[in-house]
Amino acid sequence: MSEHEEHTTHSQGFYIAIGVGLLIGTATTVGAAFVNLGPFNPVVALLIATIKAIVVVLFFMHVKDASEKLAGAVVLSGFFFLAILISLSLADYLTRSWR
Amino acid sequence: MEHEAHNPALLHHFVDAQQQKNAASLGMWLFLVTEIMFFGGMFCAYLVYRLKYFNAFAAGSQQLSIALGATNTAVLIISSVTVVLAVKAAEAGKRKVLVGYLAVTVLLGLTFLGIKGFEYREKFERHHVPGPTFQFTDTFDDNGRQIPVDSNEAQLFFSLYFAMTGMHALHMIIGCGLFSVLAVLAWRGHYSPGYFTPVENAGLYWHLVDIIWIYLFPLLYLISRHS
Repeated sequence: MSEHEEHTTHSQGFYIAIGVGLLIGTATTVGAAFVNLGPFNPVVALLIATIKAIVVVLFFMHVKDASEKLAGAVVLSGFFFLAILISLSLADYLTRSWR
Repeated sequence: MEHEAHNPALLHHFVDAQQQKNAASLGMWLFLVTEIMFFGGMFCAYLVYRLKYFNAFAAGSQQLSIALGATNTAVLIISSVTVVLAVKAAEAGKRKVLVGYLAVTVLLGLTFLGIKGFEYREKFERHHVPGPTFQFTDTFDDNGRQIPVDSNEAQLFFSLYFAMTGMHALHMIIGCGLFSVLAVLAWRGHYSPGYFTPVENAGLYWHLVDIIWIYLFPLLYLISRHS
């Protein structure tokens, strides 16, 4: 038996509670879309989406309970490279004079 | 040469089952990172063009059905719950519960695809499919003020809509296929508390496809919906 046995199982109720939380987040996103927040509408929507994504990665994909911390580092690196893609592309496009 | 008894699924180049499981998970995660970059490229293109042609993108977004999009989001979230519960059943050795949850997941996935197909059909009927038949005469409803938009810019929005949701739907189809195969294998008793790695890794794939939709929904459906 390895010393690194992992128990990825929370209770059924725990996972269902997380699912309900995600559904509430979806409802909040839709509701917030109908409120005029000016330039912050997409910010709020993406913020809620990011929280949902983090919850799914940590709990549904068992990254939080993983015995191998390398998995978490790989996940972070993926989003890090995505951040480079988007930020450097925007740094180009947003600093052009279009009209 | 004899060796100690072990689960037949344990391959000999691994020290123990836990290491093999970690290696398989890492492999799936590395693949998922490539998927993140793959969809990330399309998200970046969307972002650049939305900034440049906001009015046309808002007008296009306002033509999509929030009710159907939100329903699909809920369907996928519930399917992620059933996937997690399927993995939990596999870990507990409950074969029939595992098969049940996998089957429900596939059904929810097919529901998502059905709703998507219904949306696509509406797009065809309204000539919102990019190409020679494309026509866009709707305006951007900005707090009651109707702003006309360039047809080509609107076509760009719908090109991204079909590319991103279409690629996502393709991933859903693959996911449904995967889980269908796993459900059959699970029914035949291939998985036990000592080995259920394929179920877990297919679950990782499915969760990522869910996460991608979690971002697609607000970005495509919820542009400038307030009044």
